[in-house]
Amino acid sequence: MAYRFDFAAVFQHSDLLLAGAGFTLALTAVGAAAGIALGILGAVSRAWRLPLLNGLFGVYVEVIRNTPFLVQLFFIFFGLPALGVKMTEWQAAVLAMVINLGAYSTEIIRAGIQATPRGQLEAAESLALTRLQAFRHVVLRPALARIWPALNSQVIIVMLGSAVCSQIATEELTFAANFIQSRNFRAFETYLVTTAMYLFMALLIRQVLAWVGRRFVIGRTR
Amino acid sequence: MKNRRTLMSTFAGLVAGLTLTGLFGVGLAQADVLDEVKQRGTLRVAVPQDFPPFGSVGTDLKPRGYDIDMANLIGEKLGVKVELIPVTSTNRVPYLTTGKADLVISSLGKNPEREAVIDFTDAYAPFFNGVFGPTDVPLADVEQLAGKTVAVTRGSVEDLELSKIAPKNATLKRFEDNNSTISAYLSGQVEFIATGNVVAAGVNDLTKVRPLETKFLIKNSPCYIGLAKGEAALQAQVNQIIAQARQDGSLNAIAERWLNAPLPAEL
Repeated sequence: MAYRFDFAAVFQHSDLLLAGAGFTLALTAVGAAAGIALGILGAVSRAWRLPLLNGLFGVYVEVIRNTPFLVQLFFIFFGLPALGVKMTEWQAAVLAMVINLGAYSTEIIRAGIQATPRGQLEAAESLALTRLQAFRHVVLRPALARIWPALNSQVIIVMLGSAVCSQIATEELTFAANFIQSRNFRAFETYLVTTAMYLFMALLIRQVLAWVGRRFVIGRTR
Repeated sequence: MKNRRTLMSTFAGLVAGLTLTGLFGVGLAQADVLDEVKQRGTLRVAVPQDFPPFGSVGTDLKPRGYDIDMANLIGEKLGVKVELIPVTSTNRVPYLTTGKADLVISSLGKNPEREAVIDFTDAYAPFFNGVFGPTDVPLADVEQLAGKTVAVTRGSVEDLELSKIAPKNATLKRFEDNNSTISAYLSGQVEFIATGNVVAAGVNDLTKVRPLETKFLIKNSPCYIGLAKGEAALQAQVNQIIAQARQDGSLNAIAERWLNAPLPAEL
């Protein structure tokens, strides 16, 4: 009894898949922007051992990097309402992604900052740059340029990890796939199409981030 | 020649015998199971042991539940002892067809496929999918779901049915499994959930965080007692016991005990 493939059963729901993919990309965009911002703050706090913040980010990074994303998400969505903090599923999903990416990017960016040669800072001082100018141009941008590829990978990992958000009924791409599969029982076709869509989205994000890197981060430092 | 005649007559006898057994066997059995039960002094009942609150194994390792109470009630009324036979949902019908049990009281729903093989008595227990919610939020019918949020388990009967009938601006949140659906309700992330009445009763048993009240019914599929085909006497007797139990409130008491809800009027 050969299996008869029926991709039409999947493509008749293509509006759902596209909406899901769009939602995944939106989640990733917001999550990545806020997560990287949080990561920069964390990295500076850690690299320069800022009082209070250093310890705070230290604990944060250890807790988040050593616990499963799904558990973090469940805690935010199902656990926090006990304390009166109630979020919609997409707010919870974005928050979980920001917190998760924030922890990983803290460590990634810190590595970049700590690799700044001492001489560069001395050169900045001797050029009479203000501390903010020195931070922006001499520390942060070269640091980001150094770790940009690693950061890109992390953003893509977070995008793929957002599939887990379907568990709390966030209507992203995996949710759409599960939904369609629960209606037409075409698991092979549905998940094959979804896999292809994730692959395409990951490649797309890599291209976009590479462009952003060339245009705003790396371009003017090399 | 002689051999052949013997063979022929054996064959003829066999056919006649089979026909007779066929004719009278069924005829005899028709009146017999009830008599048999009374003679034997025990009623053999197939019950579930993995499906609370209908049938599960208690801490004393004895079966307990709605179906077990029902079996004991019928045994008591017939004046015989009850022998419980634990079955699974897949082998409960074969237990009847092979004569290993006299009755199947195992949260059995009625459908044409089963009706072709066995007979059913009247319904003895409610079983339905519905929308459940907190006692202080009114919700009379599916139309009132407009603008409301309901959690369902993706791909479940409730999901499929509710997706068809819910108003457009009602929000269905589809969770991966029963546990997530229930958590979403208990943590207050959704206003209502759609699930089986059994599940709702089970939740109410386990936690008092946010008690569930039946709001309205999605699909009704009550439980029937199954018995072998053609057992009219037993069927009539059991139906009579069910009708009586319904009238004197003993069936309602079982429902209150195991489902935390009175027997619905339409049963």
